[in-house]
Amino acid sequence: MAVTTGTVSADDKAGSDPVFELSSLEVFYGEFRAVREVSMEIAEREITAFIGPSGCGKTTVLRCLNRMNDLIETARVQGSVKYHGVDLYDAAVSATEVRRRIGMVFQKPNPFPKSIYDNLAFGPRLNGVKKKSDLDDIVESSLKSAALWDEVKDRLKSSALGLSGGQQQRLCIARCVAVKPDVILMDEPCSALDPIATARIEDLMRELTSEYTIVIVTHNMQQAARVSDRTAFFTTEVNPESDRRTGVLVEYNPTSKIFSTPDDERTEQYVTGRFG
Amino acid sequence: MPLARTPVNLEALRLTGRRAVAETLGRYAFFSAAFFSIIVSGMIVWSLAAETWTFVSQVDYSTLWTDGWFPRRGMYDIKTLVVGSLLTTIVAMLVAVPLGLGAAIYMSEYAKPSVRKVLKPTLEVLAGIPSVVLGFFALTFISPEVVQRLFSGATQFNMLAAGIGVGILTIPLVASVSEDAMRSVPDTLREASYGMGARRVSTVLRVVVPAAVSGLVAALIIAISRAIGETMVVFIAAGATGGSLFSVDVLGPGQTMTAAIASQAAGTDQVVGEGLTFQSLFFVGSLLFLLTLLLNLVADRFVRRVRQKY
Ligand SMILES: Nc1ncnc2c1ncn2[C@@H]1O[C@H](COP(=O)(O)OP(=O)(O)O)[C@@H](O)[C@H]1O
Ligand SMILES: [Mg+2]
Repeated sequence: MAVTTGTVSADDKAGSDPVFELSSLEVFYGEFRAVREVSMEIAEREITAFIGPSGCGKTTVLRCLNRMNDLIETARVQGSVKYHGVDLYDAAVSATEVRRRIGMVFQKPNPFPKSIYDNLAFGPRLNGVKKKSDLDDIVESSLKSAALWDEVKDRLKSSALGLSGGQQQRLCIARCVAVKPDVILMDEPCSALDPIATARIEDLMRELTSEYTIVIVTHNMQQAARVSDRTAFFTTEVNPESDRRTGVLVEYNPTSKIFSTPDDERTEQYVTGRFG
Repeated sequence: MPLARTPVNLEALRLTGRRAVAETLGRYAFFSAAFFSIIVSGMIVWSLAAETWTFVSQVDYSTLWTDGWFPRRGMYDIKTLVVGSLLTTIVAMLVAVPLGLGAAIYMSEYAKPSVRKVLKPTLEVLAGIPSVVLGFFALTFISPEVVQRLFSGATQFNMLAAGIGVGILTIPLVASVSEDAMRSVPDTLREASYGMGARRVSTVLRVVVPAAVSGLVAALIIAISRAIGETMVVFIAAGATGGSLFSVDVLGPGQTMTAAIASQAAGTDQVVGEGLTFQSLFFVGSLLFLLTLLLNLVADRFVRRVRQKY
């Protein structure tokens, strides 16, 4: 079987430099190597999807992109992640500065137990925006870009916890957009939502690509096929030396190719539902 | 044949013999324990209420507002005691809240698990110090070495030293209840905050503390209630005299509700004096009881709010 670990995307968008360049990325949790030798480039203003069976390291790789892994005591990263050419794991780089540019939407909607308004104003306030009128504008525009404005404009002062799950997740996207990040990382943002809410979020992602680079983890293949431009398929391989499973990147290609004529047999098995 | 396969009839399914006796005995034993505790509490409240009633119905109300608390001379100036309790409690909270809350924030948000493993038991040791030891410490160290050095006018017995002592005593309580409150804030909220590029201080101050606020308020109220009820430290360090002039000077001696009862009820002299001296202590006791009961009820509501939220 041909092992094509660490495939690098072949056809870059002409003219634009990649946002991320991962080379030989490996992540350990303590002694356990969770993913190995991931190399790929992520293009600007595109939606890149990570798919694969659970436990193959999608979340782990995603969280390397804004150094959220720093919060896990045992996590250790090897190889390099370059963001616009800068090594994110350089000693001089501050994780908080990174995260101000690279926002994240999580699997479970996690609004703060504050008002809708204060949720959206949280990031701008961190960045020093104080004027009420400026905050009002940001709140309105980010709610609009998350397609939530019409539903909540009359109750901005009420608790965000009173919103439905789908609304909460759109609020989290709006909260992320409110700081005008460069990249938005999404970790299975629809896994807790019903199909209607999911469809709204997918529409939203397509709209957001005009301004943002999006990387989304999903284990819903139809979702990857519907929304993404490129897809990376990960899977797990049993380590010869131990019986722990390590995640590997099997194939990274334009989404249309992944779902029609993938290069790797395992990708084909997975996308046709005969695997994992 | 396994029990489950024996023939089934009403007799087979009835609880009989030793199993039935054990079940009944168990029920009565535990019921008696519960009943006894309630009866004892009831008796305490009853004796408190009865003597209080005697006092309230017989006292000359003008003696409740005099120059000081001298029960044996028939001067029951209740404001002396209330203000004394209030002042020592305020001082105690000024010590316990910043230190206890700070320690809680450190343990819950900053400390590595290995550090926390040492810090938590250490704080619990502090909680285990008998208050009589702390009272003595307040009198022999805090008063001369801290208070009198900082404030030349301070007397040996003073409410400031006593309040600091009570504060030290309540630090572990504040720390432990606040830490629980902050640890019950889900990590997903911290992730949301860090994910937006918030630093740790901002995450603590703008996300964790606000989310835990009802638990933190509960910690404060429980600590106040504990400080008001604290007897030994104030008894020893604030002036264990039979009476006290009304005073708002924390650098001088004072009398709290608790110390007033202790200094009358204990010691060599019997609680004798003008007719109502004895009953006056029950009156103060009732006041104290109602105050702490009220505080605990309020705190309980706040704690419940934290539980419901997540
Ligand atoms: N905090 C952690 N500590 C230890 N192991 C972890 C941690 N997070 C994830 N892992 C392990 O790393 C592997 C990859 O996990 P993850 O990235 O969450 O996979 P996915 O998102 O693809 O389901 C799994 O084997 C998982 O058990
Ligand atoms: Mg995952």
